[in-house]
Amino acid sequence: MQKISTFVYGIGQGLKNIFRNRMFSLASIATMAACLFLFGVCYSVIANFRSMISKAEQRVGITVFFDEGITDEGISAIGEKIRMRAEISEIIFTSADQAWEEYKKEKLSPELIETFGDDNPLENSASYTVYLNDISMQDSLVRYIMDIEGVRKVNHKKDVSENLTGLNKVLTVLAVAIIIILLGVTIFLISITISTGVSIRKQEIAIMKLIGATNFFIRIPYIVEGMIIGIIGAVIPLLILNFSYGVIISTLQENFQLLLSGTEFVEGKDIMKVLIPVSLAIGIGIGFIGSNVTLGRQLKKIEVG
Amino acid sequence: MRNFGLERALSGDIEPPVIRLDDVSKDYADDRHAIKKMNLVVNKGEFVFVVGSSGSGKSTLIKLLLREIAPTSGKIYVMGKDISRLRQKAIAKHRRNIGIVFQDFRLLPEMTVYENVAFAQRVIETPIKKIKRDVPNILSIMGLSERLDAYPSELSGGEQQRVALARALVNNPMLLLADEPTGNLDPKNSWDIMRLLEDVNRRGTTVIVVTHNKEIVDMMQKRVVHLNKGVLTNDYEKGGYTNAKN
Repeated sequence: MQKISTFVYGIGQGLKNIFRNRMFSLASIATMAACLFLFGVCYSVIANFRSMISKAEQRVGITVFFDEGITDEGISAIGEKIRMRAEISEIIFTSADQAWEEYKKEKLSPELIETFGDDNPLENSASYTVYLNDISMQDSLVRYIMDIEGVRKVNHKKDVSENLTGLNKVLTVLAVAIIIILLGVTIFLISITISTGVSIRKQEIAIMKLIGATNFFIRIPYIVEGMIIGIIGAVIPLLILNFSYGVIISTLQENFQLLLSGTEFVEGKDIMKVLIPVSLAIGIGIGFIGSNVTLGRQLKKIEVG
Repeated sequence: MRNFGLERALSGDIEPPVIRLDDVSKDYADDRHAIKKMNLVVNKGEFVFVVGSSGSGKSTLIKLLLREIAPTSGKIYVMGKDISRLRQKAIAKHRRNIGIVFQDFRLLPEMTVYENVAFAQRVIETPIKKIKRDVPNILSIMGLSERLDAYPSELSGGEQQRVALARALVNNPMLLLADEPTGNLDPKNSWDIMRLLEDVNRRGTTVIVVTHNKEIVDMMQKRVVHLNKGVLTNDYEKGGYTNAKN
């Protein structure tokens, strides 16, 4: 029962602290909100890039050709061995006849086709087209397929896989670096806010210590203060992002129709599904850590006698 | 030099001492010896004046008893418990047995008289019902029933010190430390406070008053402990500021 009243007291005092110390509190909330907004923007951009990369990856296939004279059973066995790999998203078989039909359709004029009669110049061109979940696995998959008996040749686009994987890595590293820097700034500001709050209430804390308040009791209002700053600092950018994401996407689609044709953006609700828990956890966590670390240092400095 | 507390404690007809210092020394980082090999016993129900000039070690003694600082050597027992080495949580518990008043009152300016006193119970998580019962009660004993809603800035020095005393006593401490309680008061208010301290002592609380007020020490004829440059030089059973009858 007492712990509940202590907790309620802590929340009340924490809110009071925010108002007493409103300029620093506002600065902390604004910084936290700015950090988490940038985090949200970074995340939205990365999520969309990743989605685009993933779709691009799915369109980049490996083509596997077989030894001359291979039997249908041999081709099926190769297919089974390829399907065993976890990184495979799809495998499509194209027979020699299908390959010739497609070639004729795409490249040859009807007059030229006539000259071939019933011959199939691509009779050794039956193939599997293999699509991957993760294009960074392409090299190892190619090595694996080349070692399968009955495989004559594997065609793949090395540059595409390398470029997509590289872009993905650069984006992730950039986002992590930005977020770490921003969070560092936020912790610093929360630390200043809490230090100011402690120095304003120095006399009160000294009396609390003197009377026999535990450190836990003294700390509660400041920890609550830090966490409330974190929550408000997270909710503001979430609201802005939730509102603006849909607007920005539809504006982009309207104004850059040609450039973005065929581009599918991640839906706002899918972005928010990740951003809401992560932003709140970061906000509350940073508020908690920032206030707790600062309190440890500040409370030691206050003498009671 | 006779140690009256120790003599009484050893006589076996009273409870264990409220305070016992065994060869306590406190050295500061700048090689200053604030307290040197001090031995002192204060029994339950005693009223003791601690006197001495500035730098004699009076403040250090208070800080040691509050366990704001730890002794460099020796042992300090308060109510039978060794407080020389305590963890933070145990220090908070230890302080709940001690009431303290200072020369500068140390009231919280944005709180009313009632809130200042209730604060002392609030921070040790006393149930609200008990706070509502105890606070008006102690303020009535201090003659402040009519001033519950006043802020410290609206009170006279004597009234402020009575609020501080009420705050120190509301949790029924076994020991009351008063550090220059009359230092900021006129003679009339000083005597009012001393009478209240005497009354508190009569009700069973052990009272230790650190003071420079020669007139009060001389008039009240209580036990007087003299400190000089960190050394306990005299301990009079019923004494004055300078001359004692032991």
